[in-house]
Amino acid sequence: MSLIKLYGMPMATCTMRVLLCLEEVGAKYELVPISMPTGEHKSPAHLARNPFGQIPALEDGDLTLFESRAIARYVLRKFKGQGPDLLKEGNLSESAMVDVWLDVEAHQYNPAISPIVYQSLILPRMYGGTPDQSIIDTNLEKLKKVLDVYEARLSKSKYLAGDFFSLADLSHFSYTKYFMATPYASVFDSYPHVKAWWEDFTSRPAFKKVAAGMGGHQ
Amino acid sequence: MAIKVYGLTLSNNALRAIAVLNEKGLDYELCPVDLQSGAHKKPEFLALNPFGQIPVVQDGDEIIFESRAITRYIATKYKESGADLLPDNSAKFETWLQVESSQFYPAISAINFELLIKPMIGMTTDMSNVEKQAEKLSAVLDVYEAHLAKNKYVAGDVFTLADLNHMPEVFLLLKSPKAELITSKPHVKAWWDDISARPAWKKTAASIPV
Repeated sequence: MSLIKLYGMPMATCTMRVLLCLEEVGAKYELVPISMPTGEHKSPAHLARNPFGQIPALEDGDLTLFESRAIARYVLRKFKGQGPDLLKEGNLSESAMVDVWLDVEAHQYNPAISPIVYQSLILPRMYGGTPDQSIIDTNLEKLKKVLDVYEARLSKSKYLAGDFFSLADLSHFSYTKYFMATPYASVFDSYPHVKAWWEDFTSRPAFKKVAAGMGGHQ
Repeated sequence: MAIKVYGLTLSNNALRAIAVLNEKGLDYELCPVDLQSGAHKKPEFLALNPFGQIPVVQDGDEIIFESRAITRYIATKYKESGADLLPDNSAKFETWLQVESSQFYPAISAINFELLIKPMIGMTTDMSNVEKQAEKLSAVLDVYEAHLAKNKYVAGDVFTLADLNHMPEVFLLLKSPKAELITSKPHVKAWWDDISARPAWKKTAASIPV
């Protein structure tokens, strides 16, 4: 069986989403670096893998996939039984809740947290730019409203989709990890259940391993 | 008890849920949510969706929000009813389902909101935002054009949920001054002409007040 190849970077948020799944299920894979600064993600070779010119992309034998959430689902289905069941596709009630909170991460949480990470970390560190405080402030208010809902949810269930850890929780890791390196990390202190949830699942071995691979970018 | 859909037939996201129910030939009750009066922020609605957004679907004891979670749930639970929208274990299907959500939806929904919704609710269209989003959408649709030149539907040879999830936004865009973003691309237009001719879609489209 040929080795799974993941094209991406170990400190890139969407690549990390897939790395976490591969590590959780104990899959053997090779991480093939794609250099964004040299424009490798827009090279013909990479566009053949991902026509949107983004990372990650995954090759498994003859199959090529892109979009980290699609790749995550593929990996978790392929290695089902080998690692923890993070999709719960055998139980429609449970899998529906995984899907709900996966989309909450994509459409409610991420749009609030990623501009804060971009303005306060990526823009100054990678592009030498100045953070736009008004963007940060507007999105902090949005994030707090989202965290209000998360706090209520996580006081009723241990994890987002229910009392089981799932892809929905995992999907939050990379942007939140970067957020914790911004000056605004203490926002989470006002949400005790959210904070406990974060500390719980980030102590899983797969998360420690992927965090270590971020190489000082956190 | 019939499936309940909390939403409006003007809402892009609620239409996704309605479209899948029509494809499955399922009976449902549309429970309108009066957004103008703030009904979606009242406690009774927040008990259904704590994020205060439509649609929400109630199916027996299940209460589901986020339109794409809803469409996947309906397509899975009622797989044997109406058209089968889920190919078994297709990597291309999962990829293009996600492409709609991450690449296509942000730009097209922004354009539709600016051009169609804002005038209805007494807000002013931001034309510079429209142009910015139109540029993004055009680049995304270039990829779709190449993809649909080799694939009849986004996931391959058959119509699936991956096509259906696109439909409300395309319908709305075609009613706007930016319709040419779709109509100028021959394979994208041919794809739309095919999928919008489906009887279930015609039923959905007839309910859209635009």
